Order: sequence, then C-alpha cells, then structure tokens
Amino acid sequence: MDKHVNVPFDAETAVSLRTGDYVYLTGTIYTARDAAHKRMQEALEKGEQLPLDMKNNVIYYMGPSPARTGRPIGSAGPTTASRMDKYAPKLLELGLKGMIGKGKRSREVKEAIVKNGAVYFAAVGGAGALLSRSIVSSQVIAYEDLGTEAIRRLEVKDFPVIVVIDAEGNDLYETAVRDYCRE
Amino acid sequence: MRTINVVEITENIKEMCIEATHFLPEDMGNAMKAAADSEESPLGRQILQQLQENLKIAGEDMIPICQDTGMAVIFMEVGQDIHFEGGSLSDAVNEGVRQGYTEGFLRKSVVSDPIHRKNTGDNTPAVIHYEIISGDRLRITVAPKGFGSENMSRVFMLKPADGLEGVKNAVLTAVKDAGPNACPPMVIGVGIGGTFEKCALMAKKALTRPVDKGSDVAYVRELEQELLEKINRSGIGPGGLGGTTTALAVNIETYPTHIAGLPVAVNICCHVNRHAVRII
Repeated sequence: MDKHVNVPFDAETAVSLRTGDYVYLTGTIYTARDAAHKRMQEALEKGEQLPLDMKNNVIYYMGPSPARTGRPIGSAGPTTASRMDKYAPKLLELGLKGMIGKGKRSREVKEAIVKNGAVYFAAVGGAGALLSRSIVSSQVIAYEDLGTEAIRRLEVKDFPVIVVIDAEGNDLYETAVRDYCRE
Repeated sequence: MRTINVVEITENIKEMCIEATHFLPEDMGNAMKAAADSEESPLGRQILQQLQENLKIAGEDMIPICQDTGMAVIFMEVGQDIHFEGGSLSDAVNEGVRQGYTEGFLRKSVVSDPIHRKNTGDNTPAVIHYEIISGDRLRITVAPKGFGSENMSRVFMLKPADGLEGVKNAVLTAVKDAGPNACPPMVIGVGIGGTFEKCALMAKKALTRPVDKGSDVAYVRELEQELLEKINRSGIGPGGLGGTTTALAVNIETYPTHIAGLPVAVNICCHVNRHAVRII
C-alpha cells in the first residue's frame, strides 16, 4: 500500500505502518552511520547530551558522496543496518521512531522496535543517484570531522522507502523471501 | 623494451575511477535490463526499474551510481618488456586514485588503520595486484569495491572429499547468508583451488569477467549455470524483498591445488559491479 508520511512522526503513526507498505517520507530526517553511532554511545556513557533529540525522529544509515557545486548532496543510498544493531535499542528507548537502511536486523533490535512502537524501513540499496533526487537540502549538524560519517540534517520530499519491520515485529525479509523460495 | 612515464598511469587511473563509478560496463547494463523484464515479483520489478532509472541519472547528472564508491581495487597486468620511468609505479597509481576521488566528487571511504580508523581523506591507498605478463602492453583494471557486499564474502578451506557438492554448498551458504545485506541482485565471483590467498584473488578477479561470458572450461561453465539457477530459486530477490532475481551471474575461476586441500572463495558483489579496463 502506498502511503505519504510526514517526518518526524509519533508512535501513533509508527504503529499504523505495516510491513510491505511503500512509504514516501517528507520532512526532516538525520543521517548517522558507524562512527557517529559510536560517538553517540560514548556521549551517553559519559552522561553528555546527544547532538540531536531522538524523540519522534528518523535516522537514515547513510554516508553520502560529496555534492557537486549547486547540488544539495551527492549519491545518497542506504548502508547495511546490522552494523548499527549494537546501538539501535538504546536510541529506540530514547524515542527514535524510525530507521532507514538495508539488510537484516538482530533479534534485540526487533524487540526494541516492538517495545517502543517504531519502524524499520529499507531504501533501495545501490540506488544512491535516484534517492539523492528526493533530498532537498543537507546540513552537517555534528561530528564534522568524520567527513561522510558526520551527522547531517536532511530535508526530504517524497523519499521512497519500504516498511520491512513494523511495530508488531513482522519482517518482510523473512515473509517475502518465503513467497518466492522454490527449493 | 618500451618505456612508459608513470604520469600516464596516474592520468589513466584518475579517469578510470570516475568512469567506473558512474557508468556500468555494457554487459552489466544488459543483464540489469533483462532482469527487470523477467522478474516475477511486482515489488522486485519495481526495484529493478528504479535501479535502471538510477543508472540513467548517474550517467546523465554525473552522480555516482552508489554513494559507496568503494575501496579502489586495481589489477595491473604488466608486460615484462615495459620499463617505467618518472618515479614509483605504485605511487603513481595511488596518485591517480587520489585525484580521481577528489576531483570526481567520489566518497572517501578508506581509514588509515583498521583499529584506530582515521579517514585518510583521499581514498588512498588502493589495493593493487600486480601480475607480470608477456609482451610490452599494460592492462589496467580499476574495480572500486563497495563493502556492503564485500563484508558478506567468505573463504572456505574444504577437504578434497567434500568435492563438487561441497563447493556448491559453500557458494549457496555464502549467498544465503548475504541475503539483503549485499544489495541483490548480486554478481558472485568464485575462486576454486590454489591456496588460501590465491582462491580469494581469483574470486575477486572473476567479478571483472563479463557476466555474459561463461568459463572456457566445460564443467566450470555448467557449474556456473547450475549455481545461478539454484541461487535464483532461493527467493531472496531484488533488494532482498523477495523475487526470482537474486544473482545476475556466477563467475568461477579455478587453479591447481594441493593434494590435501580444496580452497573455495566466494566474493560477493552487488548489482553495481563496477570495473573499467584499459590497455596501454
């Protein structure tokens, strides 16, 4: 089912999304991948504030290629989400409502998605040029020294994603593959 | 004896880094088109069509096909009658990578130390494989490798008794474990035989062989076909979201090996199976 959703969004919106929904996101999302997650965890351990409030926000696991002059961003597709599994449950506990990436998540992340009423979206891996067209602006807001791994605030318009794990814990990677398995 | 100034190498590598990250080889483009036509899952077809559009935008707007523009893997097949002048050949290759990734707006994805992880800022160093061949020509292959798929690659040290069935199981295990993480549809490079490092290198190099050109060895060609069919029956599909197109090709290279061993390496590549080739 095609849906248009504004970001950030609350738990009510998160639980209304279902595995297999094709969702177009419009609004503000944030990028963070390996190194930024490691730093955020270190900040939390030291009792410091995070560079962004997790509440109702969506994190896109993505490190872009550099923007050419006059463009908001370079190629901007998802990276493998499982590398962030170690950090995701804590951020979900802090109010994170959505994650965009590609690939399977751990049992711990799935449980945290269900417990906190959140959602895991996949963007099409390796479609970075196409996806960049749905990004209107990009601004580094933290950890600039990390280069492509810095945290960026992105304004997106009709950014296309697919609900893979919904708030009930359904997982499209498991169900859809079974439908086409001919072994 | 033929003399080549290494400045020429730098210039070529720079152009090839930019070319490879924006334009897929023709055989890959054709395979992607064919997959979009034959895929049975509606969502799978939609994803494959988006990937077609992605390739078009990449070429027209000069924006990399994928944001992970890879670690630069470079095969240098050097004719033994060539003499290089003007400095170190490896330095010239790395200078080409530096210029290509900087001037071409490519992502800098290399860290200087695997533990301390500070970005080198210019995507150097490259991973360079030299091979001495006969003649006075230099064949350069630039194959920027993304790590979504690289991370899912495996080496299996099988026993001779495991035989052909063992090899098939190893490849299928690696592909199924990779699933959606490796950005399917994938291309599977396989090295069978040699030693621990030789089979891994063959698997890498197998990815640079055109996907529409099977092995020259009859039984290997049949094995490539059989594995491709089996992989496409797994159901993983485009993006790992179900379907009949999980891989576009299986390319296998073999080499003699030891009486005690049967090494098998599986190097997985996503659908952005990039490589640029030039003969100088």
